Order: sequence, then C-alpha cells, then structure tokens
Amino acid sequence: MTGAGQEAVIDCRNLWKIFGRRADEAMKAVQKQGLGKIEVRDQFDCVVGVQDATFTVGRGEIFCIMGLSGSGKSTLIRHVNRLIEPTSGQLFIEGQDVNQLSARQLREVRAEKIGMVFQNMALMPHRTVLENVSFSQEVRGHSLRERRENALRAIDAVDLNGWDQKYPDELSGGMQQRVGLARAIAADPSILLMDEPFSALDPLIRRQLQDKFMSLSAEMKKTTLFITHDLDEAIRIGHRIAIMKDGALVQVGTPEDIVTNPADDYVADFVAGISKLELISAGKIMEPVAVFEKREGPVDLSTWPEAHPDHSLDDLVNLSIATQHPVVVKANGHPIGIVTKNALLRGIKGEVDVMNTAAE
Amino acid sequence: MAETQFSILDPFSSVDLGLAQSADGVKQWAIDNRGVIQPIKNFFNDMIVGIDTALNAVPPMIMLLIMVLIAWQAGGRRVAILVAVCMFALGFLSPNAWGLAMTTLAIVISAVILCFIIGLPLGILAGKNDRFEAGIRPVLDTMQTIPAFVYLVPVVMLIGIGNVSGVIVTIIFALPPLIRLTSLGIRGVNPSVVEAARAFGANPRQILFKVELPLATPTILAGVNQTIMLSLSMVVIASMISVKGLGNEVLRAMGRLDAGKALVGGLGIVILAVVLDRITQGMGQSGRERGHRHWWQGGPVGAVLRLAGKN
Repeated sequence: MTGAGQEAVIDCRNLWKIFGRRADEAMKAVQKQGLGKIEVRDQFDCVVGVQDATFTVGRGEIFCIMGLSGSGKSTLIRHVNRLIEPTSGQLFIEGQDVNQLSARQLREVRAEKIGMVFQNMALMPHRTVLENVSFSQEVRGHSLRERRENALRAIDAVDLNGWDQKYPDELSGGMQQRVGLARAIAADPSILLMDEPFSALDPLIRRQLQDKFMSLSAEMKKTTLFITHDLDEAIRIGHRIAIMKDGALVQVGTPEDIVTNPADDYVADFVAGISKLELISAGKIMEPVAVFEKREGPVDLSTWPEAHPDHSLDDLVNLSIATQHPVVVKANGHPIGIVTKNALLRGIKGEVDVMNTAAE
Repeated sequence: MAETQFSILDPFSSVDLGLAQSADGVKQWAIDNRGVIQPIKNFFNDMIVGIDTALNAVPPMIMLLIMVLIAWQAGGRRVAILVAVCMFALGFLSPNAWGLAMTTLAIVISAVILCFIIGLPLGILAGKNDRFEAGIRPVLDTMQTIPAFVYLVPVVMLIGIGNVSGVIVTIIFALPPLIRLTSLGIRGVNPSVVEAARAFGANPRQILFKVELPLATPTILAGVNQTIMLSLSMVVIASMISVKGLGNEVLRAMGRLDAGKALVGGLGIVILAVVLDRITQGMGQSGRERGHRHWWQGGPVGAVLRLAGKN
C-alpha cells in the first residue's frame, strides 16, 4: 500500500481498540464470532473505537485520515505514540513494536521520534512560547543552550520570530497553533502526528497554515499522519487518504482514487461536493485519437490547443475557453488523445469513463 | 446502677459497647509512651518558640516595614497601604497588643507550615486517586465538623497543655480546605495539556512539577488562604489549653467580663486576619494580571532592580 520502494515508517496491523470494562471479553467474542459494533455494545456494554485498522505510512509521506467526529480517528492516531493502549493488534514505528517498549523507552520515543500537534493546541499557559517549544527537550534533560537554539530554530521556521518571550494567551489562535507546530518539530522528530490541527481556525488562517505546513513538510520530509474531518483539506495536503467510518478504514488511496473511484456510497457522498478541477488529469478523460477520428472523420490537429496528460481539468478549461475546438493531448510531441468539451464537462462532474482509462 | 432490660424497641439504651471507656485508654497509652512523645513535642515546641522569639525580637517598626514590603511584593501598592494602616491600628490598640499579635502570628505560621507539609502531598494524592479521595473525604468532613472541644481533651492527654497541643488542634481544624483545594486544583488542570506533556515524553514526576502543580497553584494558594483564616479562628479555643497571644486575651476578658480587653483581643485577631488574607490572596494572583510578566518585575524587588539597572 505504500508508495513504490518506500520503507514503512508507521506500520499498523489489525489494530483494535474497544473501550469499556469488559473490553477483553468483547475482543475475544469479536475474534471468534465476528460480532459487529452494535452487538458488542449490546452484549458487553463496550464501545468499539477502532476496528481492524491496517495501514502503512512511508518515509516522507503525508497520510491523511479523514472521518467525521466520533469515527475513531483521534483514537487511532493516539495509538502511534501509545497515549492509548490497543486492545489487540500491533503498531510498528521504524520496525519497532510500540507496544513492547518499556515506559522509559516509550518516553524516549515520544520525546525524540514523534512530534504531535493537537486540535485545541494544548499549550502550557504558564510557560512562554520558548519554554513551550523546548518542552520535549527539557524533559529529556538537554542543556539550556542546546534546547534554546533548537527551539528558536523551530520558532523561526513557523515565522514567529520575536514572539518567543510571550505567553500563549497573548497570541491569536493561528499563532498559537504555529507554536504548537514549532513545539512538534523542535526536537526534529522523524514522525509528525497532526490531530485536526487546523480545524479550530477560521478558513483564511487555516489556508495560510496549510500552506505553511506543506512548505515546511516539503522541506523537512517528515513522515506525517494527518487527521482531519475536512475532505478538502485531506485532498490538499495528503499524498494518500484513508476514509474512516465507525472505527474502520473504509477506503485507502490517493486523492484522485478516492474522488474518481469511491469504494462505497458513504465515500461517494463525501466526494460528491468536491471540486475535481485539480484532481483529475487530462490523461484520465481523453479518448484515443483513433476512436475520435473513427467517429468524427479525419481532423487537422495543428490548430487545436495542446495539453499534457498530467495537466489538470483546470488547465484544460483555461485552454478550451479561447477556442471552439477540442483539446489535443500530446505526449513527447505525439498526439495521443482528444478531450472534447463534453468529456471535459463530464470530467468536472467526476464521471470518468472507465473504458477510456483502461484503454490508455 | 440498675440492670437495664434489653428491649427490641429501644436497643440503644441497654447495649454499651464501651466506646467512651476505650477512648479513655488514650490517657494510659500516652503515659506509657511518654518517652516517644516527649522528644517530638520538644522539637515542635522549640520550633514554635523559635518563631515567636524571632518575631518578637524584631522592633515593631522594622517588622511593620517588612510586612508592608511583603504585601507590596505579593499584592501590589494598594495592599501594601492597607497592610500599613492595619498594622498601625493593631499597634495602637493597646500597649501590649503588638507582642501578643506576634505570638499569635507565630502559632499561625507554625500551624500553616505544618498544614502545608501534611496537606499538599495528601491533596495531590487525592487529586490523582479517586479511591483515596473517596476515602479521605469523610475524614475531612469529620475534622471540619467535629466540635473542637471533643479532640481538645485527648490531645491534651497525649501531649499536655501548651503551644504544641494548640498547633495540633489548629491543624486538625485548618487542614481540610488545603487538601480539598489542592485536589480540586490538580483535577482542574486541563487534561489536554497533561496529554500534550505525555505526548512529548514527560514522566509522571515531570508532569506533576512542570505542568500540574504550576497550573494548580492559584487554587492551592486559595487553600492556603483558607487554612490561615481557619487557624486564626482557632486561636481563642487553643488559648484554653494555655496557648498565649491574642486568643488568651479574649479568654481572660471573658472570664472577667472585661469588654474592653475582649475588644482589643478580638479586633487584633480580625486585623491580623485581614492582613494575612490580603497578602495570601495577592500571592494567588499571577503577576501578569497586574501588568508585569514576572514576580520580580513588580513591587519593591522590581523597583530595586530598576534602580540598579539605571546606575
């Protein structure tokens, strides 16, 4: 499931979390009899938080988990640094089983390998920005000079120069979350856990922070698990997206996969309102030149606008506005397909002709 | 004594479990264990007498100045002025009022220090552990509601009359709010901040000292404030077991129906209460609420630092 040739930094296998006093009994019943969420609730008075989650995240990848509130995504992400213990299943970080670590090793992993950003920021109100950002190094016992240097570098990375001596309540919401981000990256961890980091912010600030995060992430190449309830955000940020419903991962795939091939009605419902302009490429909606010519007769392609198979629908729309002709898609200088106005409109509606894609 | 007939309708008058007699055994136990109790008593007595002597050794005007400076640092200029006015009023109440007030202050300080040493760990434990909290709550309720005279006698039997018994009696009455408010303060810390501390690798001790206690400090100081107030309200009762100070004034005035003397003692206690209350309340407020960032940037320390910085 990981991108080609990448090692799995986070490897989650058949992870289950059942909340409640009789969780272990319920787990056994689930494994033996295959009980569902509702049976578990009725028979054992337990709540299934995560059911059978399996996924891997490759190095440098941004993996988004999208789901509505109560779908178990925050529970799932907390298993990565074992803030929550799983009822069953395994989770490996760089090959190390998190659930086999001693309390001491676990603290070391949390402080040095994993940075976490929280939805409600969770900054410490009695500490300055600098003291907040250097917290993870402080608990590891690093020298004052070293942690100050690292913290200032992180504060610089999120554009908060000069705010290091302020207290969190003197900062706006967006700035507070940037402090949260700085705190997460200060110890230079290899993994970032983002638990709905931008959900509590207004749309403009959210967009700014998404951009900031994406540029930082491209620069630092951190493996990121990103939780969100906003599919637009997941599509903007994620290399791959997992859709979560009732504690289970319904579909895992690239943004384009999810939008063009929703696994079930639930995902389809989500995807319905998403703009496809940036997601679908010309290669997906073009029809082969031969097919086009068979229908319309021979045509002179030289006056038609040209596009590349990777161009997005948005680019095709811009090309089409200026002319009455269809767009010709060329690869290495050779025309390989035609995008008619109708095909373009269907693409914008998300109706990708599977025949054409297969023929490609 | 006539043999009482057991009756199912009134079983209580005929059954004697001997609770009162067994409590009397305390006296014999105390006499048997004199060798253990005496050194402990002497240690605490020395501590109280030491504080008392120190407070009385300082000339009143110097003491007044020190208290005003503390008040300025803790609560700002307005509190400092109030404390100055109060302390002058206290001194002019009667020629010996100042000395008595210092003795009372020594008892209160000793009691509060011991309350803090006992109450803070218990409060933290109660804040972390639901079962312990459930167990200690009825004990605290008992400590606060049981009439002081009930435990006055056993304490005197165990330790004898004097300052140490006075402080113990005061602790029994004044300790509960500190434990309750410490527990409340720890429970009131935003759980997501604690979770963040865990997520960044803090161990339980670091979470306690770097996150929970600092955030619970205002509530804990409110508990200290309550403890001080309750300690002051015990000084009259404590004076019945020969504790000196303002309380003793009131007690003696009661015996002689001397309204004037009672007023001096009573007003003295009230003034002391106001002064201590304002100072501890000031401590509970963070410096940032009064417009400066760190405690050393305000009050007399801040003024001295600024002067030093200019030269």
